[in-house]
Amino acid sequence: MTEVVSLERLARQIRSGMKIAVPADYCGVAMAATAAIIAHRPENLHLVCVPVSGMQGDMLIGEGLVGTLETSAVTLGEAGGAPRFVDGVRTGAFHLMDATCPAIHSGLIAAQKGVPFLPIRGILGSDLLETRTDWRIIDNPFAENDPIVIVPAIHPDIALFHAPEADRFGNVRVGRRRELLTMAHAAKATLVTVERLSDTSLLRDESSAAGVLPALYVDRIAVAARGAWPLGLWGEYPPDNAEIARYAAMARTPEGFGAYMDTFARRWREAA
Amino acid sequence: MTPAYSSRELLIATIADLLDGVRHVAVGASSPIPAAGAMLLRARNEANGRDDVRISILGSQQHNFFTNGGVELFDCAAQGRIDAFFLGGGQIDGQANINLLGTGSYPRNDVRWPGCFGSAFLYFLVPRVILFREEHTRRVLVDKVDFVSAAGMTKGVVRRGGPYALLTNRALFSFDRTRGRFVLRSLHRRSTAAEVRANTGFDYDSPADPPPTPGPDAATLAVLRGRVTQELAETYSQFAAMLLGERDAQQT
Repeated sequence: MTEVVSLERLARQIRSGMKIAVPADYCGVAMAATAAIIAHRPENLHLVCVPVSGMQGDMLIGEGLVGTLETSAVTLGEAGGAPRFVDGVRTGAFHLMDATCPAIHSGLIAAQKGVPFLPIRGILGSDLLETRTDWRIIDNPFAENDPIVIVPAIHPDIALFHAPEADRFGNVRVGRRRELLTMAHAAKATLVTVERLSDTSLLRDESSAAGVLPALYVDRIAVAARGAWPLGLWGEYPPDNAEIARYAAMARTPEGFGAYMDTFARRWREAA
Repeated sequence: MTPAYSSRELLIATIADLLDGVRHVAVGASSPIPAAGAMLLRARNEANGRDDVRISILGSQQHNFFTNGGVELFDCAAQGRIDAFFLGGGQIDGQANINLLGTGSYPRNDVRWPGCFGSAFLYFLVPRVILFREEHTRRVLVDKVDFVSAAGMTKGVVRRGGPYALLTNRALFSFDRTRGRFVLRSLHRRSTAAEVRANTGFDYDSPADPPPTPGPDAATLAVLRGRVTQELAETYSQFAAMLLGERDAQQT
């Protein structure tokens, strides 16, 4: 059964050493939940960015909570590079598993299908194959002279994202952001924050049911109004570019980052 | 007489020319000049009764028709449904290898960039990849990249996709896939062959007297300054405003 809980209780599901899958900035990032996670400080997280991350990844890194980072990129987009990520790379603050976007999707799809790996085109000749010793090249068993890369399944402990709406039965609207379905199918548990809860089942209307993650996969839901802020949420509100730029400027130094995070935490505490 | 045009307008018009004949072009996030080039081609084809051009702009609501999440672009490319794409790079070398990861040695790079994104995949599968990087210096155009995010060539492996051209703010190169070398195609106004050679860190082939990159004609400029700028505003409002400012400066 899906439980509707407070943000704080939702965040407590994330414990030290867990593998957490989070979506890209355009897809619905649980920023309010990120503040709540930072408040209870799980350590040595293995962050799987699907397939890239921005402010959320940078904050968790800056707080020293990330032990392994599996991603195809970390960037603040128009606001520039992700400062805490760049600094962490320089100091070797975490184990890096650089990837390429479709390889992360493929790893999750393998887990979704319950198979140990998935073949994927391309990548041959890239130095990623030198650094990702868990990726292999095999010969296509069905053809001659056709080397192909295989990537292992990615099994997150938790998938975490923010969506516009859930119903009180635990179904969550994901629209056409179908990587959210894949993340949830691949993960052992899924935590979702939403703008609002509705009393009517999202599965009742056949025309919108296809864009719904059914409650079967959803473990905890918390309501967080504007829960993706300062990032945007599809179909709901645009990113707060001025705030993201403010973060980008402040997070250039550890002290500036600390000051930013104090106000960020306070804002969410007061909203809760 | 060629009308007055800005450097950005030249890049956009050159991209439209490089895309001639494609049916579906994808454009990554934060790539306003490639997006403008693709929109220019679409508008021009429509005006001339040529084939429709489909454009997928990542990060746009209006120019993105995917319904299967972030993976669909990659699936689409693997199925052979995307004819052209753009890649850049902090470093690009003479074999058209690109580096989006950083300088120095991995993992503790001296300078770290965001990461490889989808490059290692798309470079292999999209037939016409246009390398676009405005900065044309020995810092960017190097003899050998520090990290191969995506390889320009792969010996002994059959691949559909790969480098087609390299466009910078000084010149246009094509890439000869059989020889594995760039060929200087044309020089933008105000650049010279010697200056391009001096600012390029890799060796390349060049005709004795490289021609100038053709500037946009009046009809192309009219479409670019009208319809294309309007279309761009949905995804790249700041960039569209900048183009409008430049247009006014050219016309006074």
